[in-house]
Amino acid sequence: MSGVRATARIVATPAGLPVLSGEGPLALRRTRAAGPGLRVTVVGAMSAPLGGDRLAVEAEVREGARLTLDAAAATVSLPSRTAVPASYDVRLTVGEHAELRWLPGPVISAYGSDLRARTRVELAATARLVLREEQVLGRHAEPPGTLVSRLTVHRAGRPLFDQELGSGPGVPGGWDGPAVLAGHRATGQLLLVGPEFDVKPARPRLLGESAVLTPLAGPAVVVTALAPDALRLRRVLDEAAREILAEWLPDEPYR
Amino acid sequence: MSRAALLVLADGRFPAGGHAHSGGVESAVRAGRIRGAEELAEFCRGRLHTTGLTAAALAAAAARGLDPLALDEAADARTPSPALRTTARKLGRQLMRAARATWPGPELDTLAAARPRGAHQPVVLGLAARSAGLTPEDAAYCAGYEAVSGPATAAVRLLGLDPFEATAVLARLAPELDEAAARAAEAAARAATDGLDALPAASAPMLDITAEEHAAWPVRLFAS
Repeated sequence: MSGVRATARIVATPAGLPVLSGEGPLALRRTRAAGPGLRVTVVGAMSAPLGGDRLAVEAEVREGARLTLDAAAATVSLPSRTAVPASYDVRLTVGEHAELRWLPGPVISAYGSDLRARTRVELAATARLVLREEQVLGRHAEPPGTLVSRLTVHRAGRPLFDQELGSGPGVPGGWDGPAVLAGHRATGQLLLVGPEFDVKPARPRLLGESAVLTPLAGPAVVVTALAPDALRLRRVLDEAAREILAEWLPDEPYR
Repeated sequence: MSRAALLVLADGRFPAGGHAHSGGVESAVRAGRIRGAEELAEFCRGRLHTTGLTAAALAAAAARGLDPLALDEAADARTPSPALRTTARKLGRQLMRAARATWPGPELDTLAAARPRGAHQPVVLGLAARSAGLTPEDAAYCAGYEAVSGPATAAVRLLGLDPFEATAVLARLAPELDEAAARAAEAAARAATDGLDALPAASAPMLDITAEEHAAWPVRLFAS
């Protein structure tokens, strides 16, 4: 049995959304933006992805455009009878003087599931990005499924950020040990990229006991966080996002 | 060229400065996350399959002759912690000095000139292996072994752990080191045709978080 294939495509320009097409579990709605620019919300009923499903999101923010892309619900990776892992591929392209905020819900890795998530971002030199990624290992009080998630960001054609995290059965050992997740059940990253971080470089800073804000080798900062659960993870990442935007982009609050 | 060069390169007494670094063990011990051999083994296993694998693939790629400056950039992108980038470059610079004295060659000279403050250590390690006539897989083994041997040695000093126990931890990880080195060498071979995104980017969030914390300690036994 082959799984569901669904792709959502979005193109944003300063004039609007010439392409806005979703399908199946990736239905899209244009929603009211809290700030300037456009906003699109993934509203599909996310029972997917099941094993064998192939989901993809392709978003392009063209020169000078601003887009916030978020989701109405979490993505729950569920088990199925097929041995083929599900895949969730996200490709984001942001042009010169354009901005993308990619703020999807968390990926919840349910017991028995197997998902490969891959996010690739191509940024122009003057592009801005606010990206949040959250992974939750298991629904309430259950062991996690298998989740391998990789985030690769290029800026002006050069590598800026590339990190992969694997957890669950079948992933090489030690992922839950003291070097990697240390027993935490939620982990996430908040990545901000923009020329502002070249003008005023960030300094590394601890955010509580299990999160840290660090400047990358390029004009960007990342918050790396571990938390006992999804709620506390979101709290850390939201607070960090508000603080960073208030300091570097005071005219563009986090909403 | 002799394969025994691998023993020289991987020897803890090779004068490249690695002994001053705990690989994150010092803060894990302080936080109570490592109290004995069992937790040390889990720490080492996790480090091997995450940042160890990433380092091993970078080393294998450099040993294959892929562009060391592009690999250095790929290493930056895979190291979000500035404390760990600084450590990697410091260790790279120390290893570069030792390697140029041991296995001199034009490729090492070129990288040293292009990155006078140090390239990422795994890239230098791979290039040193290449200069010594070793294979990409040899370089991957060396990087993977360093990912676990440094922490094990540090745990002996920090916990007063029995050195026999620490060595047993390393010995039991040998089959997994085989797997990691093989995966790293395969990825480096793919990167030669598909580009450097084919290299693994496996990460260890706890190591990134504690590296910044550790770097701010006023008094510490290890540099990282």
